[in-house]
Amino acid sequence: MNKILVSGKVEGIVLKSNDPINFLGTVDKKTGIISDKKHPLFEKAIKDTILVFPSGVGSSVGAYTIYSIKSNNVAPLAMICKKADLTVATGCALANIPLITISDEEFLSIKNGIKMSLDTDSSTLSVYQ
Amino acid sequence: MELTREEESALKGEQGEIMQMAYRILVATGEATDAEKLIPIEWAHLSGVNYNTIGDAGEELLSTISKDARVTVKTTLNPMGFDIDNVSNYKLDENFISKQLSIRNSYETMGVIPSFSCIPYEIFDIPKNGTQVAFAESNAAIHANSYDNLKTNKESAFSALASAIVGKSPYSSLRKEDTPNITIQMKVKNPNELTYGMLGFYAGKIGDTSVNISGLGEMDQRQCKAMCGGMGTSGTCAKFIFGEGDSNTEKIDFDEKEMQNVHDELNTAEKGDLITLGSPQLGLDEISDLAAKLKGRSFQKRCMVFLPRTVKEQAQKIGYITELERAGCEILADCCTCLTPLISKDDVDAVTTNSIKGAFYLKNSNGVDVNLKSLTQIVEDETR
Repeated sequence: MNKILVSGKVEGIVLKSNDPINFLGTVDKKTGIISDKKHPLFEKAIKDTILVFPSGVGSSVGAYTIYSIKSNNVAPLAMICKKADLTVATGCALANIPLITISDEEFLSIKNGIKMSLDTDSSTLSVYQ
Repeated sequence: MELTREEESALKGEQGEIMQMAYRILVATGEATDAEKLIPIEWAHLSGVNYNTIGDAGEELLSTISKDARVTVKTTLNPMGFDIDNVSNYKLDENFISKQLSIRNSYETMGVIPSFSCIPYEIFDIPKNGTQVAFAESNAAIHANSYDNLKTNKESAFSALASAIVGKSPYSSLRKEDTPNITIQMKVKNPNELTYGMLGFYAGKIGDTSVNISGLGEMDQRQCKAMCGGMGTSGTCAKFIFGEGDSNTEKIDFDEKEMQNVHDELNTAEKGDLITLGSPQLGLDEISDLAAKLKGRSFQKRCMVFLPRTVKEQAQKIGYITELERAGCEILADCCTCLTPLISKDDVDAVTTNSIKGAFYLKNSNGVDVNLKSLTQIVEDETR
């Protein structure tokens, strides 16, 4: 793990996207379902997942969307990115969703659907075999 | 990031939920921008005020946190969506008005000065050289860093609000001494405010955090504001350093050709159905100059003039407002062209403006075409 932006300890199933996510307009804030037909995660629910994606893109207003999905109880347990962008960083901080960045190698090694645990206090990120 | 013991305690929640959230935002922002610590600030300027931009999620968040959150340093506020004195003249629905007033109320409850202005550097006293501030409005951050000898990051709405509550901000790149590797050489002859707006827009595209800029000559306040507004629109760059820079910087000319490229990108119409002046909002000098230019003349189409309420009040006393209204101007305090809900593509095909920042948002957010002209040209073409 490279940086800890928002700390926390969680365990869950990975939902991975190799494309960036624009929270404003891509994610339905009421249901937590990816609503953008062009996105590889179209129709997938991000609720209670460990959401792994390269970085956020788009308007900083997207931070409010992250706060809304948390308020509506449809937020991921944690987010893991390659690059920290201000929209996702401030959105996760507002919503208290753990957020870390990882190296390209670590990003490659995380597969969709695996079970993982994340603990920022001990800086550990582990995969259950 | 290195935190003090007290900062660690706040981050753990030992000083309440609001402080914990504010510190979470500052730490996340600091980590994302490679800051090594937090530093005290003396003034925060917040964006995220216009209901048109922050929507229901923003309104709800502000309503919730304003129950407990209070700002601890001088905090000023960006424009909102309308001027309450004449909002009934525009087609805004009741929901917009009530949500906007709720946002205003939340900020006032938190102790924010309801300035509703994107030109805090023009209507408030500037603190002493080198003072650390936290400005979220891009043109204001750039003006503060470049002209006012203040130091600020280009803050987000959230980091500025968190900074206002905590009284600290991440110590990121723009607050440190910077030596940009690019120098832009101004080569366009006889520039007006539109030229400087396009120069700023160009600089924002090629600069990283700051750029050197040379060949400017004397500039008036309108031209300085235009340059800052242009830069804030096109990128993350947030500081002009005036001069050639050292010999190893890359020298790039801003010439007629580069200017034409920016013009072609933003100018999409030959004429506008209405005129807007202000983005950034007009200050008293600009209002005085406009009143002088309009002596004995009247606009032949609608002209919206955006300014801070304090400037409107001063201008009223001096008689400028009467003069502008006689010439057909609609005077709008507390709001601005940028992301205005008062111009809809249902009623308007194209807008004439001298603002690069205004042009960018009119085109990209309001979806209307834009006709760019300098103020002198606007007065010549559109009044009789």
